Amino acid sequence: MGGYGDVQLLRDDGLRLDGRKLDEMRPVTIEAGILPAADGSAMVTHGLNVAVAAVYGPMEAHPRKIQRQDRAVIDVRYNMAPFSTSDRIRPGFNRRSREISKVTAEALESVVLVERYPRSKIRVEIEILAAEAGTRCAGITAAAVALADAGIPMRDLIVGVASGKVEGTVVLDLDKAEDNYGQADLPVGILPNTGEIAFLQMDGDLSPAEFELAMEYNFKAAKEIHEIMVDALRRRYEGGEA
Amino acid sequence: MSQGQTGAEQRLVTPGMAVGPSAGKRAGSGIVAADNQFIATQLGWLQERNNTVSIDPIHAAYMPRSGDLIVGMVAEVRNNLWFMDINGSFQGLLPMSLAPWKVEFGAARQHMDIGDVVLARVQEVDECHNVVLTMKGVGLRRLKQGAVESLPVQHIDRVRGPNNERLQRLRDACDCRIMVGENGRVWIDGSSEGIKQAREAIHAVAKAAHHTDIDTILNELEKNMKGDA
Repeated sequence: MGGYGDVQLLRDDGLRLDGRKLDEMRPVTIEAGILPAADGSAMVTHGLNVAVAAVYGPMEAHPRKIQRQDRAVIDVRYNMAPFSTSDRIRPGFNRRSREISKVTAEALESVVLVERYPRSKIRVEIEILAAEAGTRCAGITAAAVALADAGIPMRDLIVGVASGKVEGTVVLDLDKAEDNYGQADLPVGILPNTGEIAFLQMDGDLSPAEFELAMEYNFKAAKEIHEIMVDALRRRYEGGEA
Repeated sequence: MSQGQTGAEQRLVTPGMAVGPSAGKRAGSGIVAADNQFIATQLGWLQERNNTVSIDPIHAAYMPRSGDLIVGMVAEVRNNLWFMDINGSFQGLLPMSLAPWKVEFGAARQHMDIGDVVLARVQEVDECHNVVLTMKGVGLRRLKQGAVESLPVQHIDRVRGPNNERLQRLRDACDCRIMVGENGRVWIDGSSEGIKQAREAIHAVAKAAHHTDIDTILNELEKNMKGDA
């Protein structure tokens, strides 16, 4: 993330390599309730990312040592499929997937009304079928829709979105080249209705002014994605399936 | 829970959505009040009844309450108690002291074994969701015949209707004994054709209860049964 000075990521006309404006997001589509065996599920395509989330529970938390007497625990398993990138990924947990599972669980715990289900566990499985930078954000968005689909009570629908810096310029929603050769990446989990931030990570360096601009982009994108999330849930249920 | 409204006039709300001012109204299930606004916490249909704003959820888990009549299934047997699958997050515990028989220590399995179905009542639920069941009471018993069907708990009140009217119509149409447990399990007993018709009606309700007028399903069923007769 230190940046590579000889890689051109912005075109001479001020647009990005894929033709997007600086504050333009990749196309996002969401579908709710795609897995019949899960209590709730969703699929998010964000650019070339494809994330599927499935929610099971609330159920009795096992092993018992993970139970909390006053609240539920959220058990998140984030996994990238071996075929999700151009290089094969070795199946199973690794350092990165453990980290993302942990931060995603913490973000979701701050949104779900966990105190309603003492000693319980809500299992969230996030599978990345195709990856092109920003998979943790796509995973969080998919998990939020799947949790809503499962009828889990929440304070808000959390949205995962990221901004970053390439060639000294703040841009919204980094693609693969920008993520690999850019100077900073700022993924956040935003609660669009309350404006709260449930999760924030930063890789690279941003000045305070750049950080402010990146967050402004993130909030703007979160509103857009939130509308797509609500629309996905409406399409599923107002269509007459339940 | 809804009393059988159709979906046409209802509004679907998602978690975090502001659903209106809270002044002069009460927050029901699925609603919290913040900054003089009611906020939805669950995905479902907004409804207002008796000055209370609540959400009729799309999906809901069974949360046991003391006094609930439930249809349970034996999941585990110990020397002096049974663990029941009550279709909730946690198993219910039925101690031999609350069974309808005199049970010797170590002989629990002779009365009920794994897979047996019972009609029981929730005796007690503590704050940690420990559930104690009882089978001491009128009508509580082991169910030795009939069939058990599942019904999403959010649709139970729709199937029952006001004063159990719809449930009675279903019983009459299928000529079956039908017990709807609060935990979303329905016990049906009667002729095989009656059980089949009742199961189909319950499936139809479970599939489209938010959007379909259940009376239409019942009318259709009554027409079919009369036609067969």
